[in-house]
Amino acid sequence: MKKLLLGNEAVARGLYEAGVKVVSSYPGTPSTEVTEVAAKYDEIYCEWAPNEKVAMEVAYGAAVAGARSFCAMKHVGLNVAADPLFTASYTGINGGLVILVADDPGMHSSQNEQDSRHYAMASKLLMLEPSDSDECLKFAKIAYDLSERFDAPVILRETTRIAHSRSVAELSDRVELPDKEYVKNPQKYVMAPANAKIKHVVVEKRIADQTAFAEKEAVDLGINRVEYNDRKIGVIAAGVCYDYAKEALGSRASYLKLGCVYPLPVNLIKDFAAQCETVYVLEELDDFIETHCLKNGIKVIGKEKFSLIGEYSQSLIAKVILGEEKPTLKADIDIPVRPPVLCAGCPHRGLYYALKKAGVETVTGDIGCYTLGASKPIGMMDTCLCMGASISSLHGRNKANPAKANKSVAVIGDSTFIHSGVTGLINIAYNKSNSVSIILDNSITGMTGHQQNPTTGYTIKGDPTSAVNLEKLACAVGIPEGNVFVCDPYDLKQSEETIKSALACEGPAVVISRRPCALLKYVKHNPPLKVDREKCRSCKMCMKIGCPAISIKDGKAEIDATQCLGCNVCSQLCSFGAIE
Amino acid sequence: MNKSVMIVGVGGQGTLLASRILGAALLNSGFTVKLSEVHGMSQRGGSVVTYVKYGEEIASPIIEKGEADIILAFEQLEAARWLEYMKPDGQVIVNTQKIDPMSVVIGDAVYPDGVIEAIEATGAKVLAFDALPIANEAGSSKAVNVVLIGAMAKYTDIPKETWIDAVKECVPAKFLNLNLKAFELGYNC
Repeated sequence: MKKLLLGNEAVARGLYEAGVKVVSSYPGTPSTEVTEVAAKYDEIYCEWAPNEKVAMEVAYGAAVAGARSFCAMKHVGLNVAADPLFTASYTGINGGLVILVADDPGMHSSQNEQDSRHYAMASKLLMLEPSDSDECLKFAKIAYDLSERFDAPVILRETTRIAHSRSVAELSDRVELPDKEYVKNPQKYVMAPANAKIKHVVVEKRIADQTAFAEKEAVDLGINRVEYNDRKIGVIAAGVCYDYAKEALGSRASYLKLGCVYPLPVNLIKDFAAQCETVYVLEELDDFIETHCLKNGIKVIGKEKFSLIGEYSQSLIAKVILGEEKPTLKADIDIPVRPPVLCAGCPHRGLYYALKKAGVETVTGDIGCYTLGASKPIGMMDTCLCMGASISSLHGRNKANPAKANKSVAVIGDSTFIHSGVTGLINIAYNKSNSVSIILDNSITGMTGHQQNPTTGYTIKGDPTSAVNLEKLACAVGIPEGNVFVCDPYDLKQSEETIKSALACEGPAVVISRRPCALLKYVKHNPPLKVDREKCRSCKMCMKIGCPAISIKDGKAEIDATQCLGCNVCSQLCSFGAIE
Repeated sequence: MNKSVMIVGVGGQGTLLASRILGAALLNSGFTVKLSEVHGMSQRGGSVVTYVKYGEEIASPIIEKGEADIILAFEQLEAARWLEYMKPDGQVIVNTQKIDPMSVVIGDAVYPDGVIEAIEATGAKVLAFDALPIANEAGSSKAVNVVLIGAMAKYTDIPKETWIDAVKECVPAKFLNLNLKAFELGYNC
């Protein structure tokens, strides 16, 4: 049967068909849907883990026990999971282990543009990269065979355009596999130096074997593929760049499509290059394949003509290689930008306003919807680095400049706090920091599209479970009980007073700003608010919170009834009682 | 002959359902289809775009400047923003609804006047209408997306019946009649 599937849905289907039993992931755009879709199969045990490191260790544990297992993450998630990754390469596995990493060239929803192929090389693990949904499904299945055959995890790499494009994939049935027998073998699984020294030799031998695989068998399996057309132009490409090249150049070029991006073949590339007049390596982000070619004396054109930055496209390739550009139309008007904003009714909005009113000068931020608080007109975030850094970097800041500690706070979401904020909070308590950490508890992982997490009380399948008690957790790590506060961000006055109290505390303090995400299905909304045009004095106070439901029409404030959720934050700002 | 459609709008306007209906109609017509959408940040009130390509063999999942046969815009500023992506002889179908970007709301920028006229002045073929009253006539303001799909349907080489089957496939049963009416009203725009 054929079906139109998102690349991520196709990977999930591949897991199902390959007989995968255990999946553990942390959400991250553009990887999230793989795990969400996998959770719909009753045959697969599926979970959201607190972070990528935990997820990978769970999947690793299941694999060593003998089951086929899986974890997915975005590129920066692999940084978090790098520790188990590198040593899992040494121990090897038992049942197959596949790790999906989704890169985000062009940074549609990421904080950097790192190229995860370097991780395959650094951890000495085989990496496959599909070019469409059908390959997502097929490569996911092949990855398990390769993982078990070479006794090593296999990395599956996507980029945003593959993860979030729909194309047709061929489905087949699930293969139920018996678990592999687990045999105690400390020389294999206990990576103390004496054992690891022996295993490193195995790893190097394995990568040589896998290179041989990439030369020949990968071609037989259709993973690496040569397509000869006109030989004036030769293109070496993988993933979505192969699609772009095919569209731009069609039969005017010959192609070496690499489905296995690490280890890379040498002779296969040499033979292809020898057949073509001019050979281009088309790869987004770093010169990974190009460097390999140059190292092996293969003359190719890559980054001298193409960028290290951002996404490629068929038009870019046509322009650079053929000098062709398509005619376009352009409207002769200035078009204002339309960046994303905090939703109408978003609880983060009230908290940010309260921070401003409480006289907070510096806010160390974190990763989530609330990062949008950095934009105008809210403009209440100074830094955003990586998951969890709000809390730990505030501590560093306050140690460097204690005089400003009572004007500085960290803001972090509930899911991000559990991911890696809690360790920073332990550090704050342990190292006697006078720091205020604010947990924006909206009862869900918001930015990635509403995933459950350990604070919500529900599993990925929607079953009730235990929920982390953030107040008790803060106390347990050493925050004095009297220094742990809770406020409702819809109540501006109460939130402001709470923040002031926390800033005045002796020692570290935690504020839990608690209000569920306004987009959650179970959240009940008040009727939309209205502006009384008679009472409105056009002071624009209500415009300071950047609510997309409020605008100025004919000099007075107006509220869009289709967007307003009746949160009443704006009405608390109006000194004239014009909003009700 | 491959064809390309771009569905553009503002996060939260229901562009995803529109692309799903289009995808279903194309698949049921036996075309090879690729659809591409960006999730995440752009869902939150930002500018959103879905690329839909169909034909015999589709390589790239995205549409680039000068390539789209049709731009289906849920909001007029977005039609202007993405106009460069259309072939000069392509067709714009635009809902005349205006949604102020935050830069306009806070007074950093101005929502330009005469957007539709500026698009027409480029020589582009334009069908512009307000889909909201039509959706209300069908029974719900939320049916704007299906009204727009209806309006687009007649610019494609897909039979009307195939479109109606696609609507049936993609909308929940309890809203089916409303959406079929919305499609019909849009088709007659």
